[in-house]
Amino acid sequence: MSNYRIQGATGEWEVVIGLEVHAQVTSQSKLFSGSATAFGAEPNSQVSLVDAAMPGMLPVPNAECIRQAVRTGMAIDAQINAWSRFDRKNYFYADLPQGYQISQLYHPIVGEGSLLIEADEKAGIPEDKVIGIERIHVEQDAGKLMHDQHPTMSYVDLNRSGVALMEIVSRPDMASPAEAGAYLRKLRAILRYVGSCDGNMEEGSMRADVNVSVRKVGDELGTRTETKNVNSVRFVMQAIEHEAMRQVDVLESGGKIVQETRLFDPGTGTTRTMRSKEDAHDYRYFPDPDLLPLVLAEDFLAECRASLPELPDAKRKRYVEVLGLTPYNARELTAEVETFARFETLLAETAKVTAKDEAKVATQVANWSLSVAPGVIKALGDDADLANATAAAQASILAMADKGEISGGQAKEIFEIVLKTGRDPAEIAEAEGLKQVSDSGAIEAAVDAIIAANADKVEQYRGGKVALFGFFVGQTMKAMQGKANPGVVNQLLKDKLG
Amino acid sequence: MTDLTQLGVKDIRDGVRAGDFTAREVAESFNAAVAAAASLNAFIVTTPDHALAAADKVDAARAAGGQLGAMAGVPIGMKDLFATNGVQTTAASHILEGFTPRYESTVSQKLWDAGAGMLGKLNLDQFAMGSSNETSYFGNVSSPWRKSGSNQPMSPGGSSGGSSSAVAARIAPAATGTDTGGSIRQPAAFTGICGIKPTYGRCSRWGIVAFASSLDQAGPMARSVEDCAIMLGAMAGFDPKDSTSLQMDVPDWEAALNADLRGKKVGIPREYRMEGTDQAILDSWEQGKAWLKDAGAEIVDVSLPHTKYALPAYYIVAPAEASSNLARYDGVRYGLRDLPDGSGLQDMYAATRAAGFGDEVKRRILIGTYVLSAGFYDAYYTQAQKVRALVARDFERAFQECDVIFAPTTPTASFPLGSMNEDPLTMYLNDVFAVPASLAGLPAMSVPATINADGLPLGLQLIGRPFDEQGVLNAGLAIQQRAGFTAKPEKWW
Repeated sequence: MSNYRIQGATGEWEVVIGLEVHAQVTSQSKLFSGSATAFGAEPNSQVSLVDAAMPGMLPVPNAECIRQAVRTGMAIDAQINAWSRFDRKNYFYADLPQGYQISQLYHPIVGEGSLLIEADEKAGIPEDKVIGIERIHVEQDAGKLMHDQHPTMSYVDLNRSGVALMEIVSRPDMASPAEAGAYLRKLRAILRYVGSCDGNMEEGSMRADVNVSVRKVGDELGTRTETKNVNSVRFVMQAIEHEAMRQVDVLESGGKIVQETRLFDPGTGTTRTMRSKEDAHDYRYFPDPDLLPLVLAEDFLAECRASLPELPDAKRKRYVEVLGLTPYNARELTAEVETFARFETLLAETAKVTAKDEAKVATQVANWSLSVAPGVIKALGDDADLANATAAAQASILAMADKGEISGGQAKEIFEIVLKTGRDPAEIAEAEGLKQVSDSGAIEAAVDAIIAANADKVEQYRGGKVALFGFFVGQTMKAMQGKANPGVVNQLLKDKLG
Repeated sequence: MTDLTQLGVKDIRDGVRAGDFTAREVAESFNAAVAAAASLNAFIVTTPDHALAAADKVDAARAAGGQLGAMAGVPIGMKDLFATNGVQTTAASHILEGFTPRYESTVSQKLWDAGAGMLGKLNLDQFAMGSSNETSYFGNVSSPWRKSGSNQPMSPGGSSGGSSSAVAARIAPAATGTDTGGSIRQPAAFTGICGIKPTYGRCSRWGIVAFASSLDQAGPMARSVEDCAIMLGAMAGFDPKDSTSLQMDVPDWEAALNADLRGKKVGIPREYRMEGTDQAILDSWEQGKAWLKDAGAEIVDVSLPHTKYALPAYYIVAPAEASSNLARYDGVRYGLRDLPDGSGLQDMYAATRAAGFGDEVKRRILIGTYVLSAGFYDAYYTQAQKVRALVARDFERAFQECDVIFAPTTPTASFPLGSMNEDPLTMYLNDVFAVPASLAGLPAMSVPATINADGLPLGLQLIGRPFDEQGVLNAGLAIQQRAGFTAKPEKWW
């Protein structure tokens, strides 16, 4: 249970949130035409006769877009509807050439599914929570109006017209801005794992309509508002916070919430009315007679399933149970595609170089990936050439450390030089004297000298003052100029002090 | 020398192949006939150069000993609903006046590929909405037929009225038509020619200005069953650009034509015996049964119980789809734009569409918008779809008892232009026998049977199982052979 509450004058209110996420399908071409979909192209350079709705043009579904929607559905464990159908949503607007959007109202391609958001005490999510997903359907995007090209006219860019979108509709299962944020981040991660959407919110590849209502704790659901087209996780959280507060204010001052569509203003972090239910369009949905029902064959579904990668939850579990990572590290490493990809490459390389099982070196690689390496890179700032941070170089450093040839501090120093110069780590260790001494003869001599010079402390230690052990270690390391292998030092001291 | 304009598709094709005359001579003859028949108003634009260029290509191919296509040397009329590359395509509307596509419809391209040429773009009811060819922005089309002893201009039927008029007047040997609820068959019946609407999906709809997508089908209009078989063969075929296109081979209908109906059962639907049907038409229907029997068929009674609901259902489904299909004509990207001074987007839409669409088109957009509206959708659209399914089931059941269904094409002969303008419902009723086969997506054909007491032609209709165009054509051929329909309109134009 979320403990997020709004303290009103009349008591505590809870918030009910549902999200409709529009995710642009990663595909070379549009949902019903062969036009390209690249972002940032010259206006109207990616428009076919179909996209411009010329007379007599007909839509033909793009199998890749359908495949990506199905794979996404499978990734959220959803019901896949082997029979679905496209409907027309009719309305007039200059960015909508057909005068209707081809969408799926009555029979979406993906039905009921769910997604897990993980406990995050700091973010205000006390425990794991399953968020229901009602459906995913595919539909066409509209074009874009450009209002800054002419003093009295608006221009139309149809590059986006007909691009495939997945609309992913959650249940109203979220109860705080933090949960909504976690849901969006998790959904984004799944889409990126699956490769069905690049999740790039800045370029508009992913945007959310935010449904919010408030109620006194335990009451019936309140009237909701829908805030359209919010395009970052932070803005979604802000919009919810503002909208919930606004609704509480309205209700507590005796007003009523009107079911309406609202707009979010990122500048002020507030929402404002766009249109009320009374002005709502009558979209006159009906099955698109240009398209036959979409029937998915068994082998198509089998290929979709077989092509799914390991998904975030499964990967996280494997990292903990098989690789022995801490839950924290596992979560951090699996949050983003790039992060786990780098980690897994380095892990494989390190296991190879050290000739050890991945599980044996995983913790070391995880710590390196999450804290050591980023720390060095950050400290170097612009001096670091990240191209030098190859998996081979890093694995070589990790292998030297694993064998005890270099200390943790030396590993960082070597990595620093690698980042700056691209030199070979083993060569650096050799040339720069960045190696620790494991030769017990040299260390033994130092230990003997220190024991001889500190007879009083040896007496005290043997008399039970075991805390002095650290003193002997420090003295030995000092004598060895910090280059002695701490394991060897410890062992020799234990042996000789008795 | 023979008057080449009296020849049909097969005779022209065979004559060109045999070297009896050149394709160019044929094209020139028809170009001249077209130019001399302006008073029919059958064409919106003429394209004599297109016809000549296609003819020259065929003549050159023949001279070089090359293969000639199925339509080689045949100049045809193209209903102005088909997009033709570089030639104005209007759907007989003001909103598309001057619109010149840079693409060619699949069907017209296939015809050019088969060696046909284009005489011009044929007039029609605006956006194919109408049964009399009186809704065109470019004026009414006259039928070449007139009642005996009368000068009153008669309707060529609709919506393919330019096509029927041109073919009946022998200013084109054949023409394309489209049929949404009878728009090939009814005008064919009115003008004493043949016309076949194939199974839904046989001909690609790509590049045809859409009226009602789930019903629209292209088909040939010509003066004989053989000519229809040849031309349909050139028009049909799977098109990956149309998702509703049938992924099936196109049979050689011409080669398999066979008027011997022994072993075939012809079903007579008892519900087609409707009040308001002319006695002459009922008589010709009776006569037709005798002809089919004579061809060896067994005549059986069948029932299509939901027939009377077909027309109302059609007038919900077709306008609903049309209201959405015609939304793209908005003044934004092409066609007419009416932008009153200082007006915004909504005003531009309203002004453009008010000026660009005719009354009948507006009427259907309004009906369609209404039946799809929240609160009315289930009562109208959903209900109509149920009726449509029942109509299709009626046919399925009937076809368990017969191979082809035989009925009149229309309840009346042609009527004078202007005589039906007061009441659209009466006009709609003219398609009562045509609409059920459209709703069920079945192949159906009209074949001329006889002349009534006024000297006007009457047509008879054959409806087949899905994909059985052959069965329809064969029964049509049996009637054609026995009807011996040779009447021609007397030239007045």
